[in-house]
Amino acid sequence: MNFPAELKYTKSHEWIAFDGDTACIGITDYAQEELGDLVFANLPQAGDEVFAGEAFADVESVKAVSDIYSPVTGTVLEINEELLDHPELINEAPYDAWFVKVEGVSAQEDLLDADEYAAFVEEEKAKE
Amino acid sequence: MKLIFEESRPGRKLGLLPECDVEKYEIKAPKRALKLHLPEMSETGISRHYTQLAKQTRGVNDGFYPLGSCTMKYNPKINEDMASLPGFTGLHPLQPADTAKGALSLMLGLKESLCEITGMDDMTLQPAAGAHGEFTGLLLIKAYHTDRKDLARTKIIVPDSAHGTNPASAHMAGFEIVNIKSNEEGCIDLDTLRSVCGPDTAGLMLTNPNTVGIFDPNIKEITDIVHAAGGLCYYDGANLNAITGIARPGDMGFDVIHLNLHKTFSTPHGGGGPGAGPVGCKSFLKKFLPWPVVERQDSEAFLSMPEKSIGTVRSFFGNFLVMVKAYTYILSLGKEGIPEASTNAVLNANYMRVKLKDKYKMAFDHTCMHEFVMTLEHEKHSLGITAMDIAKGLIDFGIHPPTMYFPLIVHEALMIEPTETESKETLDDCIDAFLKLYETALENGEKLHGAPYTSPIGRPDEVLAARSLKLKYEFEA
Repeated sequence: MNFPAELKYTKSHEWIAFDGDTACIGITDYAQEELGDLVFANLPQAGDEVFAGEAFADVESVKAVSDIYSPVTGTVLEINEELLDHPELINEAPYDAWFVKVEGVSAQEDLLDADEYAAFVEEEKAKE
Repeated sequence: MKLIFEESRPGRKLGLLPECDVEKYEIKAPKRALKLHLPEMSETGISRHYTQLAKQTRGVNDGFYPLGSCTMKYNPKINEDMASLPGFTGLHPLQPADTAKGALSLMLGLKESLCEITGMDDMTLQPAAGAHGEFTGLLLIKAYHTDRKDLARTKIIVPDSAHGTNPASAHMAGFEIVNIKSNEEGCIDLDTLRSVCGPDTAGLMLTNPNTVGIFDPNIKEITDIVHAAGGLCYYDGANLNAITGIARPGDMGFDVIHLNLHKTFSTPHGGGGPGAGPVGCKSFLKKFLPWPVVERQDSEAFLSMPEKSIGTVRSFFGNFLVMVKAYTYILSLGKEGIPEASTNAVLNANYMRVKLKDKYKMAFDHTCMHEFVMTLEHEKHSLGITAMDIAKGLIDFGIHPPTMYFPLIVHEALMIEPTETESKETLDDCIDAFLKLYETALENGEKLHGAPYTSPIGRPDEVLAARSLKLKYEFEA
C-alpha cells in the first residue's frame, strides 16, 4: 500500500501536506480501499472554518456514509470541486484527489509520518 | 421487460366508452408548457404489464425474508379483512368527529393497548412511519426543555450502533449529535456515557435490544445516568418485537418512544406502503403531544387539544387503516399471544444462530434476542468472499437476503432476523442454504461472485447506479 514519505497522516486516515501556513488535506490509500467505491463527496465551502479533530466533509460509498476529520484548525481557502462530480478520483488517485486547502493553520492533531502510519495500518489490519 | 412508456401507442385505450353526446367546451386555462405524456394502453396490455411487474417483486408472501432490524413478519389476512370494512374505508377525514365514534374508539383502544405494552402514559398515532416518529419524539424533548427555559440542552447522544435515522432525525430537529462508541459487547459503555452527559445533554436515543440483537444489561443505569444529567431518554422501537408483553421501555426509564406498527404489529412493511409510527410519552410530556389526541372520558372516546401542543405532524389522524390492522393483530393475539410471539422470535433467532455459528463467525457470540449479526471479515481476507456474495447467493435458494453491512460497527456484517412467524422447516431450509453457500465459498468462490443466477436481475452495478442515477424516463422531443 502506498504512503508517500513527504506527507503526514492521522489515525483517522487523512493525509495532510503543509506549505507554509496552508495545508492540503485528503484521505489515504488505506481509507479509500476500506471505504470501497465512493459515489458522493460532500465538501465544505471556501471560507468555512474547520477544527482539528472535527468532521469537515463526508464521503458516501455503496455501503455507508463516513465523516472525514480535519487534522488542523483553520479556514478553507479552496475546495476540490472536481470531486463533487467525480468522487471516483478519490479511489483512483487518493493523493492527487485533495479535498480542501486550509489557510491560517493555528492548531493541529498529533500527526504520524509515513512509517508510523504504515505501522498503524498494519495494527488495524491485524485486529480484523 | 419493457417500460410502460415504451409499450404506449398513440390513441390506444379502453374503447368501451360511448361517443360524447354533449357539446365540447374549451376550458380557458393556461396551456401546458410540456406534453403530459400519459401512457396510452389497452386494458389487456396494462393488466399484463402490471402482472409482469408483480412477478418480479419479492415479498414475505413469496418466501422467507429474514431482513434484520426490519421485522418482516407475516401479515395475517384478517388484518386486511378488518381494514376493508366499509365502515372504515368509507370514512372521510373531514367528517364531524361525532359521526365517527367507532373509528375514535378504535384509535383509543389501540393507543391504550400500545401504552400498556410499552409502559407509556399517553400516545399520538399521527406519525406516518418510524423516522417520522423519531422526529416527533425529539420535538417533544425539545419542547420540554424549551418550556422549562433550559435552553442550553442542545445535544443528543447516539451510540455508534444506532439506526442511521437516529442521528438524522436529531439533526433535523435542530440538535447536535454526540456519537459514542459501543463497548466490546456491543452495548453502551457506561464511563463513556458519563463523560459526555452534562448540562448540554438534551437526551439519549437508544434501541434496546440494540442493533446487534443484545438487550443492554445496564439499561436502568444508562437511563439513570442521563436523567441525573437532566436529559431525557428516547426509545427507538424498531426492535420492540423482541420484548413485547415481556419488558416495557417505560419501566426501563425511557420517557419517549416510537413504535413501528409495520414492524412489530404486523402491518405491511416495505415497498413504500403506508406505515405508522405512534409516539408514546410519560405523563409529564403529554401536554406537548401533536393535536388532536384521542382521549377517554368514561367509556367514550373524544378528541382533545394538548395544552402546549407542538402542532400537527401529519394531516388529520395519521394512517388510520394501518391502525385498524395493528389493532386487529393486538386483539387477535391478546395478552397471552403477544409475549408468546416475542418469545418465539427470540427462540427462532437463537436456533439459527447456534446452527450457523460453527461455520459463520458471530460478531458477538452469546445468546441473542430477536436477531443476530455475523461477520464475513475473515472470509473477505482469506477467500475473497464478502457478505455481499453470501447475501446474493441466498437469492438463488429463494430466500431474501438479510440486512447487509449494518450495523456499521461490524465489518462485512450480515444481520438476520427470522421473526416468530416462520416454521422450524423454513429455518432449517435457510440454515442449509447458508451452509451450502459456505461450502461453495470454499470450493468455488468465482461462482459466488456471479450470484444470483435465477433472479430477473443479477448483480446491478451499484456504483454506476449511485453515481449516475436515472430516475425518470426520457421522452423523445
